[in-house]
Amino acid sequence: MTTAAIDRARRWRPPPLIANPVLRWALLLGAVVYLALAVSGIPVNWERVSEGLERGGRFLAGFLYPDFSSRFGEIFEGFVESLVMTVVATVLGLLVSIPVALGAARNLAPLPVYYFCRGLIALSRTFQEIIVAILFVAMFGFGPFAGVLTLVFGTVGFLSKLLAEDIEDIDRSQVEAIRATGGSWFQLLNYGVQPQVMPRLIGLSLYRLDINFRESAVIGIVGAGGIGATLNTAFDRYEYDVAAAILLVIIVIVMIAEYSSSAIRRWVQ
Amino acid sequence: MLVIEGLAKQYPTGDRALKGVSLTVPKGQIMALIGPSGAGKSTLIRCVNRLVEPTAGRVTLDGQPITGLSRRGLRQARRKMGMIFQEFALVERLTVMENVLSGRLGYVGFWRSWFRRFPEADVAAAFALLDRVGLAGFEDKRADALSGGQRQRVGIARALLQHPSLLLVDEPTASLDPKTSRQIMRLLQELCRERGLAAIINIHDVALAQMFAERIVGLRSGEIVYDGPPDDVSADILTRIYGEEDWSQTIRLPDEDGEPEMPHADAGAVNRERLAGLT
Amino acid sequence: MPVSVRSGTKVWQRRDRNTQLAVWFGWLVATALVVLSWEVISERTMWMFVEDAHIQAADLLGRMVPPRWSYMDRLWQPLWDTLNIATLGTLIAIVLGVPLAFLAARNTTPSVLFVRPLALLVIVASRSINSLIWALLLVSIIGPGVLAGVIAIALRSVGFIGKLLYEALEEIDEGAVEAIESTGASRPQVIGYAMVPQVAPAFAGISVFRWDINIRESTVLGLVGAGGIGLQLEASISQLAWREASVIFLVILVTVLASEWLSARIRHAII
Repeated sequence: MTTAAIDRARRWRPPPLIANPVLRWALLLGAVVYLALAVSGIPVNWERVSEGLERGGRFLAGFLYPDFSSRFGEIFEGFVESLVMTVVATVLGLLVSIPVALGAARNLAPLPVYYFCRGLIALSRTFQEIIVAILFVAMFGFGPFAGVLTLVFGTVGFLSKLLAEDIEDIDRSQVEAIRATGGSWFQLLNYGVQPQVMPRLIGLSLYRLDINFRESAVIGIVGAGGIGATLNTAFDRYEYDVAAAILLVIIVIVMIAEYSSSAIRRWVQ
Repeated sequence: MLVIEGLAKQYPTGDRALKGVSLTVPKGQIMALIGPSGAGKSTLIRCVNRLVEPTAGRVTLDGQPITGLSRRGLRQARRKMGMIFQEFALVERLTVMENVLSGRLGYVGFWRSWFRRFPEADVAAAFALLDRVGLAGFEDKRADALSGGQRQRVGIARALLQHPSLLLVDEPTASLDPKTSRQIMRLLQELCRERGLAAIINIHDVALAQMFAERIVGLRSGEIVYDGPPDDVSADILTRIYGEEDWSQTIRLPDEDGEPEMPHADAGAVNRERLAGLT
Repeated sequence: MPVSVRSGTKVWQRRDRNTQLAVWFGWLVATALVVLSWEVISERTMWMFVEDAHIQAADLLGRMVPPRWSYMDRLWQPLWDTLNIATLGTLIAIVLGVPLAFLAARNTTPSVLFVRPLALLVIVASRSINSLIWALLLVSIIGPGVLAGVIAIALRSVGFIGKLLYEALEEIDEGAVEAIESTGASRPQVIGYAMVPQVAPAFAGISVFRWDINIRESTVLGLVGAGGIGLQLEASISQLAWREASVIFLVILVTVLASEWLSARIRHAII
């Protein structure tokens, strides 16, 4: 080996992630300064926290000994409401999402329709479900109806966006082949597009069903129906064993939903 | 009879894919369209059934002007032109039968096609065609379960179920191995002869084109640079179409037949083009 | 069989008789389920309120515009808190979620039988519970404030990061792993050389994605007392100060759009 080669071997280092050294150090410094500012800016009342540790212990204990029985009626009613809201909202959301998704797919829709549908999706995706729920409760009154509307609103943003992206990714040649046979626009959708996006549509709907259930547990906090109200009350009363029971049921339902939806997805593939 | 007059296509990007092509394909003629990638072969056949909208020129099929048709008229005219694709373009998640029957979409109404209730005669014709292309018993297989050659046979059956008078064939063999390529080309040739169909076949493989076509048209940069019988294609002409290269091994001698070990000795260049076509 | 022979000709149908019946039956059950669910909701709805919803909506809108822009001055501090809740929460979640993902992935877990199910359980528990519920819980335990928000975001995000990262780990190209293994590398070396580089872009993408989601979520945590701009929203709504609420809505809108834009840019730069 020549000395130059040895020298080169000695100097070799893996290239850094950010090539520009100034930028690299500036970013690092910025991150450190930000972290220092952010952490020091959090007011912590240690007395309150240490007090809370005891409550945290009680909550964990509640998980080991959840109390299903003492408020069984409320819990049962809450979950029934959450589940029916989930079902109705997912189905309605799906029915609305399909035309919106077709409109939001650049390869199918004319430009004005495309912009309109994309705008609709952006609107739905920007606002948190809970904020939408507050507004709908103010408009339609307390209860599951406002909750269903909230979930439908969220479902449309979610499903249409992902479905539209999937439609934009389809194999164009299959569509072209149907077009070449002289099929009409609807036949094109039925033969060229639908078979290609169907498995994904089913997968996304099941996924959204799962999300809607989880959301339905939250929007009850602002009065839009579902198990959330019961949960909120339990925390307010410091009934951690009841809260733990509700959370356990949520976890179990989500797990069941996840396992069955992955099974269904494998089946439709 | 297909008549193309002064057909031109300029893409919005400014690429002039076709610069005034005129061509007449009489009834029953099998014509091969050869030329380098980007010469406009694909654009030309797509301008015929207006999957690509031509910028200028006229296309007439059996006396009916295709250019200038309304959407509805165009759909009806498309039924007369069966198209066969390079990547087969089968709807992968549908069964073979549904794919073949999709050739009747221009004839049946929406709800019939939605419920897959095609007229009995269509279904019978589909069965007959599947028998003819050698896929009897495959009707319930899903298209994505088939091999390349089988998929292309389904594609052919779909196109023929339209009862077309013209076949537009876009690189039918580019995704197939050499042996299957020959089988597919032979099948196309036989079917065209049985039914008196005209065909325009885009093809990269010059040897295959010479073997199965009655006429060869060479396209370069959107212009016809050769139009004549397959046996007249010489090294000179290939240079005119594709550019400078040693062509002596490519051309089929008029009397040669049988299966050469390599159908085209210029496999490197052709394969490279194939790969380019695949991407 | 979809193909049958009837009076000499072959007949084709998409599905055979039994499958077709099963399909119709499935549709029937699904429809009945939806209708029944709707009945339950309808029973619990005051239709009187729904009928005059358009009046309520108009009324609400009337009370929201014009927004009281001067209120903006009091929103900067909560906005800063919101940003911190999201960022610190995401960082804590990364610190906890990455090891969790390695414990959960089939190809990196120390024990498929004992450690993996436990890690998966932690992931699913974290994911099942919305950050707002975590916040509810934490406010009740350690009291209201930013700290509860940070921990709530972290607890929810651990499962998200853990799940997506362990799935990415399970999908890596085994060829590279075999190649590194065949050099005689130890298990940690295999992970470091063959696995980490493969999932690094996915990891960065997941983290930035979650940060974006966390910005959204931290804007509403204040509704249950866990700090950030949601506190102001809660106060304005309970005082029926809708002109202030509309300012907050707009601020949230801008924040969310900005974070989405930023995260899209970062993810684009990574990939």
